[in-house]
Amino acid sequence: MSKTLIRGAKVLGGEPQDVLIDGGTIAEVGGGLSAEGAEVVEADGKVLLPGLVDLHTHLREPGREDSETVLTGTRAAASGGFTTVFAMANTFPVADTAGVVEQVWRLGKEHGYCDVQPIGAVTVGLDGRKLAELGAMHESAAGVTVFSDDGKCVHDAVIMRRALEYVKAFGGVVAQHAQEPRLTEGAEMNEGIVSAELGLGGWPAVAEESIIARDVLLADHVGSRVHICHLSTAGSVEIVRWAKSRGIAVTAEVTPHHLLLTDELVRTYNPVYKVNPPLRTERDVMALREALADGTIDIVATDHAPHPHEDKDCEWAAAAMGMVGLETALSVVQETMVDTGLLDWAGVADRMSVKPAQIGQARGHGRPVSAGEPANLTLVDTAYRGLVEPAGFASRSRNTPYEGRELPGRVTHTWLRGKATLVDGKLT
Amino acid sequence: MQRHLISAADLTRDDAVLILDTAEEMARVADRPIKKLPTLRGRTIVNLFFEDSTRTRISFEAAEKRLSADVINFTAKGSSVSKGESLKDTAQTLEAMGVDAVVIRHGASGAPYRLANSGWIDAAVVNAGDGTHQHPTQALLDAFTMRRRLVGPDAGLGQDLEGKRITLVGDVLHSRVARSNVDLLHTLGAEVTLVAPPTLLPVGIETWPCEVSYDLDSTLPKSDAVMMLRVQRERMNAAFFPTEREYSRRYGLDGDRMARMPGHAIVMHPGPMVRGMEITAEVADSDRCTVVEQVANGVSIRMAVLYLLLGGNEPAVTHPRTEEK
Ligand SMILES: [Zn+2]
Repeated sequence: MSKTLIRGAKVLGGEPQDVLIDGGTIAEVGGGLSAEGAEVVEADGKVLLPGLVDLHTHLREPGREDSETVLTGTRAAASGGFTTVFAMANTFPVADTAGVVEQVWRLGKEHGYCDVQPIGAVTVGLDGRKLAELGAMHESAAGVTVFSDDGKCVHDAVIMRRALEYVKAFGGVVAQHAQEPRLTEGAEMNEGIVSAELGLGGWPAVAEESIIARDVLLADHVGSRVHICHLSTAGSVEIVRWAKSRGIAVTAEVTPHHLLLTDELVRTYNPVYKVNPPLRTERDVMALREALADGTIDIVATDHAPHPHEDKDCEWAAAAMGMVGLETALSVVQETMVDTGLLDWAGVADRMSVKPAQIGQARGHGRPVSAGEPANLTLVDTAYRGLVEPAGFASRSRNTPYEGRELPGRVTHTWLRGKATLVDGKLT
Repeated sequence: MQRHLISAADLTRDDAVLILDTAEEMARVADRPIKKLPTLRGRTIVNLFFEDSTRTRISFEAAEKRLSADVINFTAKGSSVSKGESLKDTAQTLEAMGVDAVVIRHGASGAPYRLANSGWIDAAVVNAGDGTHQHPTQALLDAFTMRRRLVGPDAGLGQDLEGKRITLVGDVLHSRVARSNVDLLHTLGAEVTLVAPPTLLPVGIETWPCEVSYDLDSTLPKSDAVMMLRVQRERMNAAFFPTEREYSRRYGLDGDRMARMPGHAIVMHPGPMVRGMEITAEVADSDRCTVVEQVANGVSIRMAVLYLLLGGNEPAVTHPRTEEK
């Protein structure tokens, strides 16, 4: 296999260095490396990061291939600098058996744009009543390590307890979509001043916080670890902070859009802002940024949720919830965390690659950029500023809230085990 | 005036007073032997009702016909909101037919706003009630009724409701009428108090331009008008209050309570009334209750709104007032 020399890249934002890829591995990192026999990529001071890992992606295949497929979703991932995505289980059929998770895993392998790690459902059909075959999914070729009913909350306390206990047998983790169902009946947006004014059903913060509080206590009680999906409120941050201070094995994620957008945007009634959990207030946004900076929130996860145009080009009540995120994630994190001085690029690498790979046990990913490591890498032009143009998205769906918005940063190159999947912003 | 009427909050004080004054002129048409003006001849207005409301539809239809508009009634009953394309598809059909105005009633908050702002259609959009959001013509007819009763019909011309104390009682949380009224009455200078059990008040209400009270009895003596809001019986199942009897005892309006109001004060209700629970027959049938007037005033207000949105600068009533003599 060929060699590639990345010349003058700021590894994790540090001083410019050369990185030599040989085959699937990083051969050397240092100053003035020989380009002999290697294809040269002039990095010109761009930032080199370990390939990004997304613990929360909806690929929609099988069942909703009109929204996204494993192929289009992984191409979107490569465009955004990701080398691994964890595919959520709320497909049709639900990924609650070894057969479905293996199908998704194989499609990822065949297409080769990034590794696909299927997430298994916690309960059969995501109905919250009966545990799915967690062990069989773990033992399948897909080797499932993360289980989630995402899209729905595992709201029965006994089922949640059993799931937490059961996955201990093989080191799995349960990722909870925290949403108390009774408190969110008819909910359409964050409950607060804006929802009252717009007459849209309120989605109270406590519906998320009460489940998180319960689940960290359950995890503590049974001595298991729990991962909380897409934190959206300041109160959720406080609970996770408290749990960590008590030594409870909890990890948590935040989406890029919850780091940037607020419920004020819903005043447009534009369903592009309709998302689960809902956009919250400025105060929540600031708390989430701080928590990501200080490590209370461990990782950024996109919750990439593609929907076809017609599911969003309608009135608010009829619109589907969710937004695409793979191709804009790094830009939003740069805008909200790096350009604000809250996080440096080493911190971004930690929150978007190292930690998510650890939580999901994605071997070979989230590794240091150093000799002998797998060449899963992302090159970012951090000086770039430009308008988001969804027409150019690789995702099959275009439901982005950032259309026409200026965001910093652009992923120019992505390598998966030494093979370029993205070159000069173009998919290979 | 703006091109659409989506929310009472969009109206300035001058807009609102202009509508009320125009409605006074329109009201005179109703007293004529031939209750018709040529003002909107040749214009097409569609009443697009995704949610049942015979009262509101008939009121708009009467207003449109009195202005000589061509009227199309489109009842999309049963076309489910979950089938998202329906509103857009319908809008584009109407656009192709060259409709001048769409009066829309929809169960989903924000549907009229989307209709007006998504480029689906070019027509003027009038919100005839959307979800729990707004019902601006209802607020206007309520304000019109208050101005006539509390300020005086012709004496009211050009005037607002400065200093009038208005109390709204009941299910504020689910009421588009309450939202619209708070916005409009505040704009018109009135002091608004909302009275309800805490379960029926929305989160964030402390930012609204009004007072809030849980106690009806202490509010009544300070009220120039008391508007009872409709309480839907199904709310009881969702535990918003313990029993109908308890609700009625704490927040219902009966003769004893009405006696605590100042002598000039009026009782209003957007209808239809649930007699017994929110208002007793004694109160509903008293001459202080304006429910019937509100219905009549609704037609005048809707004529005024449609005329101002579509009629441009032509005088609304082409024949001078002297004709009435
Ligand atoms: Zn979720």
